[in-house]
Amino acid sequence: MTKFTAFESRMVPMPIDNIDTDQIIPARFLKTISKDGLGDQLFYDWRYDAAGQPKPDFILNTSAAKSAKILLAGDNFGCGSSREHAPWALTQYGFRAVISTSFADIFRQNSLKNSLLPIVVPRDVHAELFANPDATVKVDLATQTLTLPGGRAVEFPVDSFAKHCLLEGIDELGFILQQTPAIAAFEAAHPAPINTRA
Amino acid sequence: MTQSSDKSRTIIEKIWDNHVVAQQPGAPALLFIDLHLTHEVTSPQAFEGLRQRGLKVRRPDLTIATADHSTPTTPRSLPILDKVAAAQVAQLETNCREFGIRCFGLNSDQQGIVHVIGPEQGLTQPGMTVVCGDSHTATHGAFGALAFGIGTSQVEHVLASQCLLQNQSKTYQVLVEGSLKPGVTAKDIILSLIARIGIGGGTGCVFEYCGPAIRALSMEERMTVCNMSIEAGARAGLIAPDDTTYQYMAGRHYVPKGAAWDAAVARWRSLPTDEGACYDKSITIDASALQPMITFGTNPGMGIPITACVPDPAGVSDPLERDSLAKALRYMDLAPGKPLLGHPVNVVFIGSCTNSRISDLRNAARLLKGRKVHPGVRVMVVPGSHQVKEQAQAEGLDKIFRDAGAEWREAGCSMCIAMNGDQLQPGEYSVSTSNRNFEGRQGKGGRTFLASPLTAAAAAITGTVSDVRELLP
Repeated sequence: MTKFTAFESRMVPMPIDNIDTDQIIPARFLKTISKDGLGDQLFYDWRYDAAGQPKPDFILNTSAAKSAKILLAGDNFGCGSSREHAPWALTQYGFRAVISTSFADIFRQNSLKNSLLPIVVPRDVHAELFANPDATVKVDLATQTLTLPGGRAVEFPVDSFAKHCLLEGIDELGFILQQTPAIAAFEAAHPAPINTRA
Repeated sequence: MTQSSDKSRTIIEKIWDNHVVAQQPGAPALLFIDLHLTHEVTSPQAFEGLRQRGLKVRRPDLTIATADHSTPTTPRSLPILDKVAAAQVAQLETNCREFGIRCFGLNSDQQGIVHVIGPEQGLTQPGMTVVCGDSHTATHGAFGALAFGIGTSQVEHVLASQCLLQNQSKTYQVLVEGSLKPGVTAKDIILSLIARIGIGGGTGCVFEYCGPAIRALSMEERMTVCNMSIEAGARAGLIAPDDTTYQYMAGRHYVPKGAAWDAAVARWRSLPTDEGACYDKSITIDASALQPMITFGTNPGMGIPITACVPDPAGVSDPLERDSLAKALRYMDLAPGKPLLGHPVNVVFIGSCTNSRISDLRNAARLLKGRKVHPGVRVMVVPGSHQVKEQAQAEGLDKIFRDAGAEWREAGCSMCIAMNGDQLQPGEYSVSTSNRNFEGRQGKGGRTFLASPLTAAAAAITGTVSDVRELLP
């Protein structure tokens, strides 16, 4: 994993609550066995018409959205399925952070494992950002601050272990496998109730 | 998390405590996983990750696989016509062979929706931690297991280590008092909970469903309730085991036998929440006051009693919430303030990990017996597993469905997720026993009304959204 560094970017505003993973990437694209090529399928049914042509009024199809690295979304972003294809599609499109008032649990966990930072802000900050959709904001994970257009910095919460992993580019599985002796000891003390191969 | 007094613990805390392998300072707990269910859609990239790192599956004996999401529900003698789906199913079988995992593939007698076959085979047991790369893993909570959905990175973690790094969730008691009236089912309990607390209402929490109305439910009904915990945003939802649980489990393939069974039951009897244990949150629902529920919008929280009117965005004060409701009604092409009753329906789908078990099919058949599907309505009945299909056929339910004019298909997720060709056409309306009514969930442009198997069967007969209580004998 690459280290997560501070950055500045415009935002792509999507003022919709409860954007679910079926909108982020429709299920018919989950038949792939690869992680790649999902950026083009991001928000596919909102982004393209029946003939596969970009809908000009959809925010991701505007020139202002092209270089943006931050998605500004309504409450409870990423609800629905456990598909990790959702953060894969978002990062492959170019997003590095999503700002909302809350995130669904599985989506949040999946995002943190893919260097996509879910940033939770209070409602007043959320409203202020939506009121300045063309503005540039600064994201600094090390200080856990989001610097708003007026220069005010607001803190955002992040799990301390996830933060450490993101900043150092640490892969969680490596950390888990370092604890293999403890896992073996646990297994020895707890006989399995089932054997699927029996 | 709230610490319960005098070491009184909830069942959620007991299962958690029993599975903590290690707790490094500054890191989440390392939690041992007793059962790992996998399927073709969320596992290929995890197996590829193992290959790239040169890792094995640590505990193939605690892992099981099946193909259910992208699989056709046409006769098994026919090939999978969708080449991308065929490659995904073939990849699952290759991965399972290479890593030594038992796979209930398409031609297996044990194949079915992953959340149907776990309990059916006796793999799901009280007190277990259960995970799957699928958000409806909470289904297994019906057995008093801590069961939750995970992403593909975590699927890889469990394959490699049989463990997950997890932070403890908050506990949320859902107390369901009273008793259900005729025509009102487990599906209506969970749809009314989600309508009440919203689809983010359980975020960060694990539900424990309890109270007399929950105790009165069969295991299959309990699975319906737990299944949709995620639709309220909860990490998991569970029900403490009791005699209903043990009666359902006894004799199933993977459950202990003889003295080992007795010892297991004795152990499981210590799982229920201790008296005096505290929850972080709590809500009470009166089952006696519930009506059949139906959703009108584009998330499972947009639900109303069947006789109610579609809400009006003008009555919502929060601007984002108001816009989201208006957007949902535009997508559904519904007018605010009007009842849903009598709204025409194109398709009825009876199936999914929520409602595809034998009792669900019996409920639908009870209504359809001797009646005909309304002309112009397509009715698909998709059993949750091959075993459910065989059982239904042994009881003659398939004949009732076919005689009524419904389609009787092979087991799988089918039109719940519409990955396999079973899908709505743009603009069509379905009454569906599945769990999600998101835009396009059942096919691009399709519109979903979520409801119970009874309400779905009623719509099949009348061709419109109907109150099943008027059709019951």
